[in-house]
Amino acid sequence: MSMIIGLGVVLVVVILFMIFRIGNLMEVAKEKKEDSWNNINAILFLLFMVFGLIGFFWYSYEKWGTYEPPVASVHGEVTDNLFWVTMWITVVAFTILFIVMFWFAFAYRYDKNRKAAFFADSHVLELTWTIIPAAILTLLIIKGLSVWNDITSPPAKDATVIEMIGQQFAWTAHYPGVKDQELGHHNYKMIDAINEFGLDLADKNSFDDFKSLTLYLPKGKEVLLKIRAKDVIHSVYLPHFRVKMDAVPGVETHFKFTPTKTTEEMREETNNPNFNYEMACAEVCGKGHFSMRFPVVVVEPEEYDKWMAAQEPWLKQNPDYMKYVPANLKEAAMIKAGLPMENSTSNTVTLK
Amino acid sequence: MAHDTHTHDEGHGHEHHGNFWTTYIFSEDHKVIAKQFLITGMAWALLGGILSVIFRLQLGFPDANLSWLKPILGGWLTAEGKIDPEFYLALVTMHGTIMVFFVLTAGLSGTFSNFLIPLQVGARDMASGFMNMLSYWFFFISSCFMFTSLFISTGPAAGGWVIYPPLSALPQAISGSGLGMTLWLISMALFIVSSLLGSINYITTVINLRTVGMSFSKLPLTIWAFFLTAIIGILSFPVLFAAALLLIFDRSFGTSFYLSDIYIGGEALPNQGGSPILFQHLFWFLGHPEVYIVLLPALGITSEIIATNSRKPIFGYKAMVGSILFIAILSFVVWAHHMFVTGMNPFLGSIFTLLTLIIAVPSAVKIFNYVTTIWRGNLRFTPGMLFSLGLVSFFLTGGITGIFLGNSAVDIQLHDTYFVVAHFHLVMGSASFFGMLAGIYHWFPKMFGRMMNEKLGSIHFWITFIGVYMVFFPMHYIGIAGFPRRYYTWTNFETFSGFADLNFVVSVAAIVTLGAQFIFLFNFFYSMFRGRIASANPWQSNTLEWTTPRNPGHGNWPGEIPTVYRWPYDYSKPGAKEDFIPQNIPFSETPESNLPHENELIKLEGVEGNAIVVEEKKH
Repeated sequence: MSMIIGLGVVLVVVILFMIFRIGNLMEVAKEKKEDSWNNINAILFLLFMVFGLIGFFWYSYEKWGTYEPPVASVHGEVTDNLFWVTMWITVVAFTILFIVMFWFAFAYRYDKNRKAAFFADSHVLELTWTIIPAAILTLLIIKGLSVWNDITSPPAKDATVIEMIGQQFAWTAHYPGVKDQELGHHNYKMIDAINEFGLDLADKNSFDDFKSLTLYLPKGKEVLLKIRAKDVIHSVYLPHFRVKMDAVPGVETHFKFTPTKTTEEMREETNNPNFNYEMACAEVCGKGHFSMRFPVVVVEPEEYDKWMAAQEPWLKQNPDYMKYVPANLKEAAMIKAGLPMENSTSNTVTLK
Repeated sequence: MAHDTHTHDEGHGHEHHGNFWTTYIFSEDHKVIAKQFLITGMAWALLGGILSVIFRLQLGFPDANLSWLKPILGGWLTAEGKIDPEFYLALVTMHGTIMVFFVLTAGLSGTFSNFLIPLQVGARDMASGFMNMLSYWFFFISSCFMFTSLFISTGPAAGGWVIYPPLSALPQAISGSGLGMTLWLISMALFIVSSLLGSINYITTVINLRTVGMSFSKLPLTIWAFFLTAIIGILSFPVLFAAALLLIFDRSFGTSFYLSDIYIGGEALPNQGGSPILFQHLFWFLGHPEVYIVLLPALGITSEIIATNSRKPIFGYKAMVGSILFIAILSFVVWAHHMFVTGMNPFLGSIFTLLTLIIAVPSAVKIFNYVTTIWRGNLRFTPGMLFSLGLVSFFLTGGITGIFLGNSAVDIQLHDTYFVVAHFHLVMGSASFFGMLAGIYHWFPKMFGRMMNEKLGSIHFWITFIGVYMVFFPMHYIGIAGFPRRYYTWTNFETFSGFADLNFVVSVAAIVTLGAQFIFLFNFFYSMFRGRIASANPWQSNTLEWTTPRNPGHGNWPGEIPTVYRWPYDYSKPGAKEDFIPQNIPFSETPESNLPHENELIKLEGVEGNAIVVEEKKH
């Protein structure tokens, strides 16, 4: 079978070569004018311009609304707006230049009876097209920088803090417990198979922290994602919230944003009862880079509080780790983690 | 003095004539070295293109059984006949590395800077032929290392062409970071040596070996572009070298320049205090100027070809030089726009947004000037001209999306999506590639003394031109939809579930475009031996290389080096008999077309030449 295909390919190549040779010989024999190909190329440029632009506008119009993920954050609406303003400006500039350029290519194709204009410079023209782009860009820069400053400004004091931790090839969310509302410290040397966060149990804020395999977010409240990575660089990417921030081992990064629509609301808006928010990894991190999906759910603040309260602290799930809690904090740890008291004495006894 | 040495050299050249090794292999002649770079670059381009088609198979035909590729890919195919996800990353990485460095840096600058600088400034050869030869052979050894890395059992480097640590530093993170990465680093270190040897030579030649009368203000725009590219290279490549060296230390000697707080493979590494962000700063300090190292020569080539084939002076020569210069300077202060979302200080983000968007102004000026050059021209669509116009079109389409990406607030969403892939493949990838093809078609007659077939050239152009648009234009939509790059498949995500149709179109277009390059390869090798015999100046062009014989020998001009009297763009000058006046024609011979101030220059013609010669002798 492959033999036949191979022979077929060889045959086609040979035929093409013969056509090429014959064409060459004919050309030598006829001493044809060069103009015909020049005109064909000129016409092709014109056709390319016309059909290229038609294709571009038709597709963009026909699929309008399908190529942009719906937006669900406060700053996302602002950056989307800036994106589309830039789009309109650039599409206008692009279309004009595209038409002009290919029209010139067509209109000024070679004609042996014509001589090109000796037009080497013009200060007026050059100043015009230096100043106009500069002015438009200045507006875009000013707008862009003010948006950027808002996005990167310090978070509100009462922002909901959640830590996202990237590793090959999964995300985990680290929530502060409801009792202290503070994330416990971490230390990468304390990471092991169970203590995935490297939670430092000498810090009293760590006792009620919990782990989640879904990112729950309260609608309408500012969320501060603290981001870190355990092994290589990953990148927290929340397409619907227009959030992207690298997770870098050894460097803590963060991104603040405010979700504006619950998952339910988004299901209604998109007419898709199965809609889900998702988090992806946007920085190449190895073999499983494409599989770092992390589910995201946005709920009303009341529901969020209820969910928070129902979560079990990590320490309660892993009471063995009580042995790392300093003796003077053991009682506090028991209470915060919600561990039964007698368990603690037995633990301390075994330790001794 | 300079002239004496040259005649001496020439004598030597003739003595060694006929020795295969010194003429074709270890040649010190800039034209032969240029051809060596060209052929090697073409081989790399073909390989880089094939790699991209293989990973496009995965993206465009996700369900296809690729076991027919078993003879080539062997163990890199899974049992179900799919590309291994890790090998997919290796393909992406090697495609990027090969195209950026081996094709568009060495293949483009190496070929045309070498070939054109001595010919267009009027020199017998490069300032140092020996260094020039070394430059090629360092590149060759570097190529060998990179090529070898494709065949080792752990696979080539696979952490992206930007080789961000810790991924590139830790073999336990990805198998390509084992021996493959070591070979990548050795190869790049040698590559940088090659590039620096070349650049020093280009700069020296342009400054010192210009012929009598060839002042900087009379240099063709090609030379301006090559000259400033070489300066950018000399200032930025050493920084990559330093970055690579520190990475080698981290990988092999236990240092912690880029590594800190890492827990991988069940153990916490001892490295502390390093920063992966430091690497990114160092990398992009080269990486961004690199974009212009790739692009500026292509723009220089295009300026020359468009002027020649429009039969019109390039519009705004001074503005063109000024914008290249401005771009070259700015290229050093925009690198961190690749790093808006790495967690670097947001204030830096603001600064780099500002500087990045400023670069759009000189770029826009260049486009406007190209368009004005063809306005009221008399356009001859030679293949070189077709590819040059294609370049301008890509530069426009791809450049305009830079305004989105350079704006940090907008970049948050677009960063590392297919929008970026579309942007840079058009503006630096395809544009530079078209510059290279345009250059080959245009200077082929001077390289090999024969013409390439123009019809095949046109067919090659139209398939490639439309093909490139079909490959990269749809990626804008995919990118706006948020699809992240370097993904093996998007099926794990509901958000990225669409656009299978566009990805299919892209892959088919990529295959067709690659196929069309075989037309070019055929045309190239066939014309080398059987093409129509070229005249000495087949395009009726003004620059000095066309004053050499059909097959310029060692030393380029059989007699005296021509003296230059005018700028290179006297096309269709009013009153002139022909529609071009080469640079070596004195104003005294063209009284019918001289502009008033040019008539004044006639008086200086004899004197000026002597003055410069006298000055030269003093050195």
